[in-house]
Amino acid sequence: MGLIHNSRIKSPWIMHFDNSSCNGCDIEVLACLTPLYDVERFGIVNMGNPKHADVLLITGPVNRRTARVLRNLYDQVPGPKMVIAVGTCASTGGVFHNCYNVLGGVDKVVPVDVYIPGCSVRPEAIIDGVVLALQKLASANL
Amino acid sequence: MATRTTVPFGPQHPVLPEPVQLRITYEDEKVVEVVPVIGYGQRGIEKACELNEYNKNIYLCERVCGICSYQHSESVVLATEQLWPLDIPPRTKFLRTIWAEMARTHSHLLWLGLFADAFGYESMFLQFWRIREKVLDILEQTAGHRVIQSVNVVGGVRRDIDEAQKKTVIDTLNVVRRESDDLVNVLINDYTVKSRTVGVGVMTKAQAMALGCVGPTLRGSGVSEDARLTKYSAYGELNYEPIVETAGDCYARMKVRARELFQAIDLQMEALSKLPEGEIAIKVKGGPPANETVARTEAPRGELYYYAKGNGTRHLERMKIRTPTFANLPAVLILLPGCQLADVPVNIHSLDPCISCTER
Repeated sequence: MGLIHNSRIKSPWIMHFDNSSCNGCDIEVLACLTPLYDVERFGIVNMGNPKHADVLLITGPVNRRTARVLRNLYDQVPGPKMVIAVGTCASTGGVFHNCYNVLGGVDKVVPVDVYIPGCSVRPEAIIDGVVLALQKLASANL
Repeated sequence: MATRTTVPFGPQHPVLPEPVQLRITYEDEKVVEVVPVIGYGQRGIEKACELNEYNKNIYLCERVCGICSYQHSESVVLATEQLWPLDIPPRTKFLRTIWAEMARTHSHLLWLGLFADAFGYESMFLQFWRIREKVLDILEQTAGHRVIQSVNVVGGVRRDIDEAQKKTVIDTLNVVRRESDDLVNVLINDYTVKSRTVGVGVMTKAQAMALGCVGPTLRGSGVSEDARLTKYSAYGELNYEPIVETAGDCYARMKVRARELFQAIDLQMEALSKLPEGEIAIKVKGGPPANETVARTEAPRGELYYYAKGNGTRHLERMKIRTPTFANLPAVLILLPGCQLADVPVNIHSLDPCISCTER
């Protein structure tokens, strides 16, 4: 276990990408950063740049246009990386399952490590999901 | 020697958490051209409304936009009820109005925070969102969920506000009003905020009318236009006047929303004090008859327009949704060219963009 690996677990940097969600989960992801939930006390920082990120938080169902964008972003995140599907839509397509432009969950395009159910997810559930992803990262043989 | 450069702003960008692309061409630090590229958030909800049974459309249409989700469910329910038309109990109308204004309170607090963040006031962003959590708490307590309430059904609402809840709501709203009053005072009177927003992104009354803008964007340019004036739900029995500012710049649009925040709290208080007794829902049998109708409601971002056409079965023949953010998007063509590159986030946020409801 090197220094970089330890600091990655202690202070994961997160990048949030919205596929084509309804904004419900996006504002809950933002709400996690605000004083009531305040994930920054765990060292979690929201980044705009995929090249700085360790964890990808993805909300919303994949549609025909964002599939390529999501794939590009995933390829730009340096490994080891964790992908979290936030919300029912990101996990399976959810309520949008029969919309013509929707391909389905995030796992149609990129591999997913943690699924967080809920529509929209509660901030507590998002924090719990990130903790699960970090446990997986910590136990990975790197 | 000025050289032209084109930068893609999005589809993934820290300023907007949502997928939209703006191709911004600038010379030195000045924006000369902007092309909005949409289509990233398109799902096809209008078509799916025809595939679902009419009472399941509520849950789908609520998810057109997660921030003004309450107004979407209210609009789809109003449009479907008008197909019969159904006679809705007065208590239901008041409850719908209370929740609609509660949703407006949380949406405007959210927007004020994001707007403060756009010009670098990060701690003010956190303060506004701290207050917003209190509004979400009373929304969850009365309507059942923080974001997507699913409280409307065709023929009524699923939950009632009892006396104990009424007291909690009034107490919380008083705290929200006191705390946001402090913050809004800073936002409106601060020298730095004024220097970043006054005279930035001016849109005249004629331009706003020609582009078909709606909601606070239009009212910030001096047009007194609001769907609540059509007196849907209980607005006819409340003391309501649209809030108008005339300057048409980012500061005016901010002031409209800041004043609407307090107006929404007043409307909730008034509706709670006038809440009549009675049923909260009526029984509905069968599908909507062959008929067509429109419903207009005022979402936090402007006028929401739903067209519904029934054919006598449990499936609607057509559902058309026109969202306020789609009407406000062309305004970037007026606001951005000529402004400094650093003012782009302020200008974009002053329109309150929401890509998921722009594209449905």
